[in-house]
Amino acid sequence: MTVATPGTHPPAESAATAPVLSVRGLSVAFPSEAGPVQAVREVSFDVLPGRTLGIVGESGSGKSATVMGVMGLLPETAQVSGRVLLGGRDLVGLGDRELSAVRGNDIGMVFQDPLSALTPIFSIGRQLSDALRVHQDLTRQAAWNRAVELLDLVGIAEPHRNARAFPHEFSGGMRQRVVIALAMANSPSVIVADEPTTALDVTVQAQILDVLRTAQTETGAGLVLITHDLGVVAGYADDVAVMYAGRIVEQAGANELFGRPTMPYTIGLLGAVPRPEARASGQLVPIGGEPPSLVGLSAGCSFADRCPAAVDRCHSQEPPLTAVPGHGQVACWRAPDIAGGNPAASSLFSPPEAAVEEHRPDRQVPGETVLRVAELARTFPITKGALLKRRVGTLHAVSDVSFALRAGETLGLVGESGSGKTTTLLEIMRLRPPEHGLIEIAGTDVAAPRSTEQTQRLRRTVQIVMQDPMGSLDPRLPVFRLLAEPLQAVGTDRDAVRIRVSELLSLVGLDASLADRFPAALSGGQRQRVAIARALATEPRIVVLDEPVSALDVSIQADVINLLTKLQRELDLAYLIVAHDLAVMRQVSDRIAVMYLGHIVESGDTEDLFTHARHPYTEALLSAIPVPDPQVERSREHIVLKGEQPSASRLPRGCVFADRCPLYPLLDGGTQQRCRTERPLLRPAASGTDHRHACHAR
Amino acid sequence: MATTVTSLPEPLDPGTTNPGPTARAGGGRLYLRRFARNRSALFGVALLVLLVLFSVCGGYLTHFSYTDVDFTALTQPPGGTHYFGTNQGGNDVYAEAVHGLQRSLVIAVSVSALTIVLAAVIGAGAAYFGGHVERLTLTVIHFLLVVPSFLILALVSHHLAGDWRVLILVLTVFGWMSTARVIWSVSTSLRERDYVLAAEFMGVRPWRIILRHIIPNLGSLLIVNLTLGVVATVLSETALSFLGFGVQTPDVSLGTMLADGSGTITTAPWLFGYPAALVVLLTLSMTLVGDGLRDAFDPHSTTGARGGRR
Repeated sequence: MTVATPGTHPPAESAATAPVLSVRGLSVAFPSEAGPVQAVREVSFDVLPGRTLGIVGESGSGKSATVMGVMGLLPETAQVSGRVLLGGRDLVGLGDRELSAVRGNDIGMVFQDPLSALTPIFSIGRQLSDALRVHQDLTRQAAWNRAVELLDLVGIAEPHRNARAFPHEFSGGMRQRVVIALAMANSPSVIVADEPTTALDVTVQAQILDVLRTAQTETGAGLVLITHDLGVVAGYADDVAVMYAGRIVEQAGANELFGRPTMPYTIGLLGAVPRPEARASGQLVPIGGEPPSLVGLSAGCSFADRCPAAVDRCHSQEPPLTAVPGHGQVACWRAPDIAGGNPAASSLFSPPEAAVEEHRPDRQVPGETVLRVAELARTFPITKGALLKRRVGTLHAVSDVSFALRAGETLGLVGESGSGKTTTLLEIMRLRPPEHGLIEIAGTDVAAPRSTEQTQRLRRTVQIVMQDPMGSLDPRLPVFRLLAEPLQAVGTDRDAVRIRVSELLSLVGLDASLADRFPAALSGGQRQRVAIARALATEPRIVVLDEPVSALDVSIQADVINLLTKLQRELDLAYLIVAHDLAVMRQVSDRIAVMYLGHIVESGDTEDLFTHARHPYTEALLSAIPVPDPQVERSREHIVLKGEQPSASRLPRGCVFADRCPLYPLLDGGTQQRCRTERPLLRPAASGTDHRHACHAR
Repeated sequence: MATTVTSLPEPLDPGTTNPGPTARAGGGRLYLRRFARNRSALFGVALLVLLVLFSVCGGYLTHFSYTDVDFTALTQPPGGTHYFGTNQGGNDVYAEAVHGLQRSLVIAVSVSALTIVLAAVIGAGAAYFGGHVERLTLTVIHFLLVVPSFLILALVSHHLAGDWRVLILVLTVFGWMSTARVIWSVSTSLRERDYVLAAEFMGVRPWRIILRHIIPNLGSLLIVNLTLGVVATVLSETALSFLGFGVQTPDVSLGTMLADGSGTITTAPWLFGYPAALVVLLTLSMTLVGDGLRDAFDPHSTTGARGGRR
């Protein structure tokens, strides 16, 4: 078991150390059909050697445009002004040739997607040594040796052999390690990491953040960490800058910012995030509204329209970023009042009215079972060859999955990508006989032959909400026709459709005037509301939700989660939710099933599972979620799993988790033997409970 | 101070919230604006409008019909009552050109439209259903593509006595394959879209999904192919008629006029020159419009960077 306790950095001797990178008044604008998009406005910050600056913000807040401006990687059409001082030299306005000498040598960059950051046609070692030889006078052999050293440093096993491997032979986590090795190769003074872990699974995220820390200590560089994940920032950043609508609205030390947030936006953001360590009492507190468009911004504070503390001045004049004693720098006219506790930060945002009076309904009376899945299995053939496809293997996407879902209840399927959770959902939605096992929807076996009418009735019963509303709503249809479609498909007549559509819009809290709009003219939150309304059109009893909020920003996420909870209570719906975000899961689910390599390894009541996890994988998964609180995040123990979830094409004979299991090395020979040869079955932890887990050791 | 805090923002007011930077003032208007910015495309539209006006109203400017024979004026050069002169048989070239252009336009537009409809249904259908349907359709397409269709066309249309309606049918039947192949390959990516999957899960019937979700999302491809298809059809119709396989006398198209005029190109150049100029103007205008549409629909396109159809 690898236990890593992230240590806090010693406080920088601020007077003695000069910043390695200072950005002063950086502004970036992109031309568009509607006018210039003010992506970044007057951003200034310093990066000190050995320290980490976290830049957080939602999508469109300008955090990525800021770093691209620093790196000189913006498209030519962008208008950049301000100064980017790296070791006393201004990078803005330098030519590509001069910037190339700086990039990679003085600034290292870690990109979000490690697959596209590496060239597929060269070996890993070749790419690393090329990067070294561009900036340093090294022989081919010396560069190769240094490349192998670097790979060893970032934790690639067998670096000598793996240096000859190609990017496609590596898993996502290993690729990101290589990208970090590339970024640190020439001992840069600044490393910029743009969402370095967003494309990775949680258990891998913890590994990568550790590697990033190693890279930083090794080179002594200042690190700029850009992320939307407040938990990651809480654990790894020394200083935090919060961006909103292209500006830094609050900048402070991590402890101050999380402990005493001052800008209302920061306060709202921290309140809107579901916490993995405890379920919020009642509902999440949404900020309300949506971020402004970056075209033609008003003269006032860009958050004023959503701000509960806004005064007249906020609408007419934009506040500058000014120091508030004990709170870092804040861009808010009311910062001194809020810092003084009047109004108190905690009471600024209040939960929606309905939520206060009755939060979580009692679950004493479980409804009837509306969905039963037993021993479900699904395999996919792996084929090779372009012309004549030969079957070379079998991918066991789902094996032996069983669960039941009752009316009014939420069951969450949790797991990393490739664990088979989405495949399970799709198998249910197809309404076709499963490859193996049984699917029963509202008492009807889907494998039984049925008439068209019966099929329509089944379709009415179960509906789906997909991850990305931008993708699941046809861009060429207006909202009305999108909502009418499921009704027409089950044969509802024209007048009834019209009535139902306006009912649906008000049910999900959308204005009736939106019926004529196209999805592109809606905001992210509105789109997901339309997708939810569409799923509810046929009055289903089961709604299947595939990552319903993961494509949404934090401040909008809370709204949608609250809406789902409200609808469930009003309509007595059964939810089957798939998500990788455990914090969200804790907020919405009554019961949770944890999946690994197509198997359910643990299932049980949400609270029970979160507080008394029994399976080592569940433990590791829970430990890997970053908590948006620096105090908690830095003091708790992290279980960092080795390696990554293997491919489901060759399932081990015994326990599917044995290879990565932190318990396995500690077991006695007899039990180890069992783990290797015998697949553990789900069994109750104690008699009479619903909490089951599949492990020989516990 | 505390009094100001009471003005909580409405938890939900989507009607007035800002839709964000992705919002657009309707896709159609945006494309129109992009199209209007393209000078050569506007020139193409103007030219096309003039040609269509000429083919429809041009006949009213002369009292000759294309079938009339003026024995007092054989092989007359342009001028006087015969604006474009007359041919060896005393037919008015101006009246013939008006009628020929009309005939060629009608054939080209209907063939192009029919081809697109056929190709869209077959291509999108093959992509959506996949499996055996897809394999069979592609085999048929590939087979027809390697067959020398121009030759078959020539033979078939000759046998069918040169009725222009039959010509439309024949040109369509042998002209849909390459467009269908393009539409198929684009549709295979549309088939994987979430909204297609969502429609399936709502129980929408397959052909409804194809007609409502796949084909409309091919929109720009279809429009561009339609305009460029007109160019291709004008050329193949002209070529067929020139060789004597297309439109037959007494009917007149630009192709037959070219064929008639080609023999006397040195002695009576106007017989060849006017129809040739019309063909050039027609194809030029359509090409400009097609290119303009493609650029308007495709945000990454730089004019002329990508090859057109075929």
